[in-house]
Amino acid sequence: MPGKLKVKIVAGRHLPVMDRASDLTDAFVEVKFGNTTFKTDVYHKSLNPQWNSEWFKFEVDDEDLQDEPLQITVLDHDTYSANDAIGKVYIDIDPLLYSEAATVISGWFPIYDTIHGIRGEINVVVKVDLFNDLNRFRQSSCGVKFFCTTSIPKCYRAVIIHGFVEELVVNEDPEYQWIDRIRTPRASNEARQRLISLMSGELQRKIGLKVLEMRGNAVVGYLQCFDLEGESGLVVRAIGTACTLDKLSSTAAFLPACNSPSKEMKEIPFNEDPNPNTHSSGPSTPLKNQTYSFSPSKSYSRQSSSSDTDLSLTPKTGMGSGSAGKEGGPFKALLRQQTQSALEQREFPFFTLTAFPPGFLVHVGGVVSARSVKLLDRIHNPAFVGIMGNTRSYKLLDWNSFNSDEPETRDAWWAEIRQEIKSHAKALGCHAVVGYSESTSICEEVCILSASGTAAVLNPRFLQDGTVEGCLEQRLEENLPAGCGFCHIPYDELNMPFPAHLTYCYSCRKQKVPDVLFTTIDLPADATVIGKGCLIQARLCRLKKKAQAEANATAISNLLPFMEYEVHTQLMNKLKLKGMNALFGLRIQITVGENMLMGLASATGVYLTALPTPGGIQIAGKTPNDGSYEQHISHMQKKINDTIAKNKELYEINPPEIPEEIIGSPIPEPRQRSRLLRSQSESSDEVIELDLSHGKKDAFVLEIDDTDAMEDVHSLLTDVPPPSGFYSCNTEIMPGINNWTSEIQMFTSVRVSRLSNINLTNQTLNKNFNDLCENLLKSLYFKLRSMIPCCLCHVNFTVSLPEDELIQVTVTAVAITFDKHQAVQTTKTQVEKSSQRASIDNEELLQFPLELCTDTLASHPFSSAKEHLESTSSNSGIPAAQRATSIDYSSFADRCNSWIELIKLKAQTIRRGSIKTTMPVEKASPLTEGHFRQRSAPACANSTVGVVKMTPLSFIPGAKITKYLGIINMFFIRETTSLREEGGVSGFLHAFIAEVFAMVRAHVAALGGNAVVSYIMKQCVFMENPNKNQAQCLINVSGDAVIFVRESELEIISTQQPIASCQPACSGGEIAT
Amino acid sequence: MTNELDIFVGNTTLIDEDVYRLWLDGYSVSDAVGLRVRSGILEQTGATAGVLQSDTMDHYRTFHMLERLLHTPPKLLHQLVFQIPPSRQALLIERYYAFDEAFVREVLGKKLSKGTKKDLDNISAKTGVTLKSCRRQFDNFKRVFKVVEEMRGSLAGNIQQHFLLSDRLARDYAAVVFFANNRFETGKKKLQYLTFGDLAFCAELMIQNWTPGAVADSQLDDMDVDLDKEFLQDLKELKVLVADKDLLDLHKSLVCTALRGKLSVFAEMEANFKNLSRGLVNIASKLTHTKDVRDLFVDLVEKFIEPCRSDRWPLNDVRLFLNQYSASVHSLDGFRHQTLWDRYMVTLRSCLLRMYHD
Repeated sequence: MPGKLKVKIVAGRHLPVMDRASDLTDAFVEVKFGNTTFKTDVYHKSLNPQWNSEWFKFEVDDEDLQDEPLQITVLDHDTYSANDAIGKVYIDIDPLLYSEAATVISGWFPIYDTIHGIRGEINVVVKVDLFNDLNRFRQSSCGVKFFCTTSIPKCYRAVIIHGFVEELVVNEDPEYQWIDRIRTPRASNEARQRLISLMSGELQRKIGLKVLEMRGNAVVGYLQCFDLEGESGLVVRAIGTACTLDKLSSTAAFLPACNSPSKEMKEIPFNEDPNPNTHSSGPSTPLKNQTYSFSPSKSYSRQSSSSDTDLSLTPKTGMGSGSAGKEGGPFKALLRQQTQSALEQREFPFFTLTAFPPGFLVHVGGVVSARSVKLLDRIHNPAFVGIMGNTRSYKLLDWNSFNSDEPETRDAWWAEIRQEIKSHAKALGCHAVVGYSESTSICEEVCILSASGTAAVLNPRFLQDGTVEGCLEQRLEENLPAGCGFCHIPYDELNMPFPAHLTYCYSCRKQKVPDVLFTTIDLPADATVIGKGCLIQARLCRLKKKAQAEANATAISNLLPFMEYEVHTQLMNKLKLKGMNALFGLRIQITVGENMLMGLASATGVYLTALPTPGGIQIAGKTPNDGSYEQHISHMQKKINDTIAKNKELYEINPPEIPEEIIGSPIPEPRQRSRLLRSQSESSDEVIELDLSHGKKDAFVLEIDDTDAMEDVHSLLTDVPPPSGFYSCNTEIMPGINNWTSEIQMFTSVRVSRLSNINLTNQTLNKNFNDLCENLLKSLYFKLRSMIPCCLCHVNFTVSLPEDELIQVTVTAVAITFDKHQAVQTTKTQVEKSSQRASIDNEELLQFPLELCTDTLASHPFSSAKEHLESTSSNSGIPAAQRATSIDYSSFADRCNSWIELIKLKAQTIRRGSIKTTMPVEKASPLTEGHFRQRSAPACANSTVGVVKMTPLSFIPGAKITKYLGIINMFFIRETTSLREEGGVSGFLHAFIAEVFAMVRAHVAALGGNAVVSYIMKQCVFMENPNKNQAQCLINVSGDAVIFVRESELEIISTQQPIASCQPACSGGEIAT
Repeated sequence: MTNELDIFVGNTTLIDEDVYRLWLDGYSVSDAVGLRVRSGILEQTGATAGVLQSDTMDHYRTFHMLERLLHTPPKLLHQLVFQIPPSRQALLIERYYAFDEAFVREVLGKKLSKGTKKDLDNISAKTGVTLKSCRRQFDNFKRVFKVVEEMRGSLAGNIQQHFLLSDRLARDYAAVVFFANNRFETGKKKLQYLTFGDLAFCAELMIQNWTPGAVADSQLDDMDVDLDKEFLQDLKELKVLVADKDLLDLHKSLVCTALRGKLSVFAEMEANFKNLSRGLVNIASKLTHTKDVRDLFVDLVEKFIEPCRSDRWPLNDVRLFLNQYSASVHSLDGFRHQTLWDRYMVTLRSCLLRMYHD
C-alpha cells in the first residue's frame, strides 16, 4: 500500500524574535519526510507569518509511512550567515493509516527546540492517500490499530483475543557515538529524538505484522519502553495483546457498554451483550523476530485446529447447568483440560490486559513475577557505520538481515524470564497470565529485567468461536459465580504450591478460597467488595557496596530475594492493618543504583466479600521477662489494634459479624498457620500471653526480635491515612466509589531528594524513602484539596536513582471528584429502574418486578451477610500470591531461591486467638454505598473549545468515548546550559513537563480529539550538573487520543442507559430469569 | 534529606487564589508561607509546614512562568503550554493588572519613566505596598501606556482589547494613562484628599469631552490620550466673561436672582461670585500652557473648592450654584461661545462636584 502524504504549512504565531535589530523574524519552514525535503517561502519580518503554502506531496511506501515521522523545521532566514533553527515539530502520521481513526491532522503545533523549549506555534495540515495493495509479502502493517488501554476499548467488541505479541529493536545511542563529541547538544538531542521516533515506528510496524500473521486487527494494552543502556545502546521494546476487534456499529444499542464507568464499577467494555463471542485462541506468538515465526498460512491452520478442539470439548451445558460451583473437582479438571488445549500451544499465554470482558476470567491464582540481573555488553555492529553513511542516514538496521545476534540476546533474556513466569503460573495451576507487564532498571552496566503478572484460569468458552445464540445462555452462566468465582483457587488444595490457608468461599460456600489474594489486574467488574479500597505501598531500601560488573551483579542478585520478601511482608502487614484481604493492581518496582537498591510496591487494597475476614496483627516480643519491654509491646499492640479499628471505620469495612455459635465447622483439612518471622526460632509461649489480636480468632503475628523489626512496626503506624474526603488507589477506579462527577485533574509530580548523611544505614534510608513518599502524597492531598470529595486514581509511582545520593520519585495520577450524596439518593431510582428493566426483560412474569427488587437487594450486596452466617473462622497467613525470583546474569547460572522456597523455609505454626472484639458500628449499608451508582453526572456544559483532557484511566467520567483516533507515543529531550536562569532544576523540569503536556494536547487536538486516555509517562530521566549550570531530561509518554461526548449532551439514551449500566450491580436479576 | 527538586504539574494548571494574591502582593515565599500559616490553613487541612512550603514554591514557580504571558494577555489566551479555563484566565489577568489605591495615588500624573521607577522604594516605604508589588504595578502602567499611547480610537476600548481587562479596570487604566500623558499634578498636599476614584472620574469626563476624539467630525484623528489643542486654544475666548465687567455683573445678577432664597450660603455666594467666576474662567484661559494644564487640579481646588469649603457650602448649594452659573451664560447676550462654554463647563461642573468633599 504505497501512499501519498500531503502537507500544507498554513501559518505561524508567537515566534521568537530572531533578529535583534528589527525585533522580528524572517521565518520559513522545511518539511521533511524520509529523504525528501520541501521548503516554504521566507515570510519576512513577522512573528506571525502566514505562509499558506501549496500542498507538499511525498510519494512513499507504507513501510516508510509507518516508520518515519513527518519532520517540520521552522528556521529564520539569514542572508549573510547560516539560517538559524527556531525549532521542530515531529508528527507521527500513523493515526492516518487506518480507516477508522483520524482522516486529517490539522492544527496548531508547538514548535519545540531541545534547548529553548517551545518557541511559538505552527499551523499544519497533513493528509494521506493510501493505495490498496494486496502484496502478501508486504513488510508493512498499515491498518492494525494500537491501543494503550489495557482493556477492550470502549466502542469496540472483542471478537477474538489472540494473545501476546512482543518485539524489540536495538540501535546504537546517538548520544554515545563518536560524532557526538563534535556536534552541538541540539544536533545530538535531535538525532536521538528522531532515532527513537523511527525505532518506535519500526517496532510498531513489526508488531503489527505479527498481529496480521495471527489474523488479528488490533493490539490492546500496547506498552512500549526504552532502555537507555548507555554505551551498549538503545533498546526499544514493546508488548501487547493481539485482538480482533469489531467496531460497535449501532452506538445506540450498545451505548451502555460504551458508557463511562461513572456508573460502572469496572470498565467492562460490554456488559450488555456482544462480547461472549470473544474468542481466545490463535497460534503462539512468534517470540524471536523472524527465526521463530511461521508462515501466516501455517499459523492460521494451527489456530483453527485449536478452536475446533475446543468446540468438540466444550459441552455447552457444562457450565450452564447452573451449578458451576458444585462439582468442583471434575469441573475444574475439565476447565483445565480445555484451557490447556487452547493455551498450551502458545509459547506465552500472556495478556497485557488488566480488565476483561465479563466471564473471561475464571480463577485467579496469584501474582507471579520473575527477575533477572544481566550485564550489558556493547551492542556491537560493524555494519552500523556503513548504514549511517548511507543516504538513508537514520534508517534502522534490519538486524536479522545483518546476522547480528545482539537483539537476539535481548530477546533471549526476555524469553528466559517469560518462560519462568509461565512455569510459575503452571505451578499455581494456571495456564495463563493476565495483567502482564515487563520493566527494566539500569545502572551503569547492570540491568535488572522484571516481569510480573497474575496467574489465571481463563474461560474455555472464550477460546471458541462464540455464536450469537450462545450469548444469552452464556451470560446466564457467567453470572452464576456471582462475583466470587475468580477468587476460587485454581490449584489443587491437596497439592498446594505454597502453604496457604484455605476456607470455603464466603459468598458461595462451595469452593475454596485463599485468605488473601494478590493480583496485578484491576478489580473484576463483578467482584463484590465491602467498603472502599485504598492505596497500599511497601517501600524498601537496601544499601549495597559499590562494585564493578560481575561482582556488582552478584551482589544485586543476592539482595533481590530478600527485598522481595520484605516488600511482600510489608504489603501483607499493611493490608492487615487496613482490615482488607485482597490487593489489586500490584506493581513491584525494584530500582538499582550505584550503592543501593530500592523497592516500591503499590497496590489497591480491598475487602472482597468472598474471602475471609482478615485477622489482626499481633506483635510478639522476644524477651519475656522484661516488664517495661512487655509494656511497650502491649502499648504497640494497642496502637495497632486502634489503627485497624480506625481503618475499618475509615474505609467502611463492616462485614456482617458472624456470631461465634453459628460458625460452621471449619474446613476439615489440616490447618496450618504460617508466620512470617524474622527469626526462625519459635516463640509461641510468649505470644499467647499477649494475644490481644484484633477481633478475629487468628491473627497475623509480627515478631519483634530486634530494633529492625521495631522500626518496621513503627513505619507501619506512620503511614497516615489521606485526609477526609480523599481516597486513593492505583487501579482504574476506586472500589466502593461510583458516583463520579466529571471534574478530573491529571497531574505529574516529581521529587528528587538528596540523602544528606554520609553514613547511611538501611534504617535511615528506609525512613528517608518512606518520608519522601508520604510527604509527596500529603502534598498531593493538599494541592488538590479544592476537589474534595475526590479520589486519586491510577496513582503511579516510579522510583529512580539518578545519582549516588539522589532519589527521584515521579507520580502520575488523576484526581476525580465524586458526589458524596447522590449515591444515596439514587438508590431508590436504581431499584425502580432495575425493576423497570426486569419488566422489560420478563414481560410474561407480571409479578416479577417486585420479586426482582428484593432479589437484587438480597442476592447481591447482602449475599455476603446471609452467607456469612455459615462462615468458618477466618484465617490469615501466607497469601495466595506467589512471588518467584530468579536471578542470573550473563553466563553465571546464579539462580537464587525462589520465593516459594523462601517462604517454605519459614517456621510455621498454628495460632488461634480467642478474644473477640466488636466490629466498628456499621456506618452505611454497603448497598447504598457500594452497589448503586449515580446515573448521570452533573452537566458540564461549558466545554471550552480546545480543552484536551488527559487521564491515565481508560475512560472519562460522565462522558462517552465515541472514537479512538490513534496512539500517541512521544519522546522528548530537553537540555539547558542555563539552569539557574531557568529557575533551577525545579523551574527547568516544571516547564518541560508543562511543555510535554502541551505537545500531547496539541497533537490530540490536531487529530480532532478532545482527550487522551490511558495516558502514561513511561520515562522521565533527569540528569543535572548544577556546577556546570546544565541539566538534561528525557520524557516518554503515550496514550490513546479519543473523542468523547459528555453524557449530558447525549439525549437519545435517557431510558436505556441506566438499565444496562446497573447491570453489574444487579447481576442477581440475571440469575432470577 | 532535602528536596532538590519538587514540582507538581497538572494538565489543568492549578491556580490558588490566595497564593496568587500573596504573590501579587510581592511577598517572598517564606513570608507567604508565614502568612498562610497564620491564616490557619494548617489546622484546616492537617497539612505540615513542609507541605505548605512546597505548595507555595510550586505556585510561585507557576506564576513566575505565567508572568511572561500576563504581560501580553492575548498570548495567555492562545498559548498552549498552560491549560487554564477561561474564567481562571480572566481572573489571572484581572488580578495581575489590579493596583493598589495607595500606590496609584502616588504615581498618578507622574511621568512613567526610569526616574519614577527609581523612586518606587520611597513609594513602597510610604504606602506599605511591597517594592515588588510597586514594580509590578508601575510596569503594568508603563506597559499599558506604551501600547495604547499612539493608538487611535477609544482609550479604554484599546486597553480592553489589548489587555483583556474588565470594563471597570480598563477605564481605570485609561485614567492612569491619561493622567500620565498629561502629567496632571495630583501629589500636592492639598490634593491628597482626592481619591483615585475622584480623579479617574474627572479623567473619564475629560477624555469624553476635552480630547480630539470627543468631537464627532474628527473621527479620522480620534486620539483620546491628549487634550484637544484647538479646544484649549479656543478656551481663551471665555476670558471675556470676567474681563468684560458688564458681562460679569450681568452674569452675577442672573445667578443671584435665580438662586435667591435657594441657597443656605447665598450671602457668601454673592460676596464671592466674582472671585469664583474669575477663578473658573482663568483656569480655562490658561490651559494652553502645559504647566497650567498640569496644575489643573491644584487650581480647581485652590480657586474654587477651597473658598467654598471655607464658607462651608453644602454640596447641594455647590450643585445649584454651578448649574445656575453654567446655565446663566446662555442668557448673556453678546457672549458668542455658548458651545465652547458648555464643552468646558459640563465637564468642569461634574468634576468639581465630584471633588467637592472633605
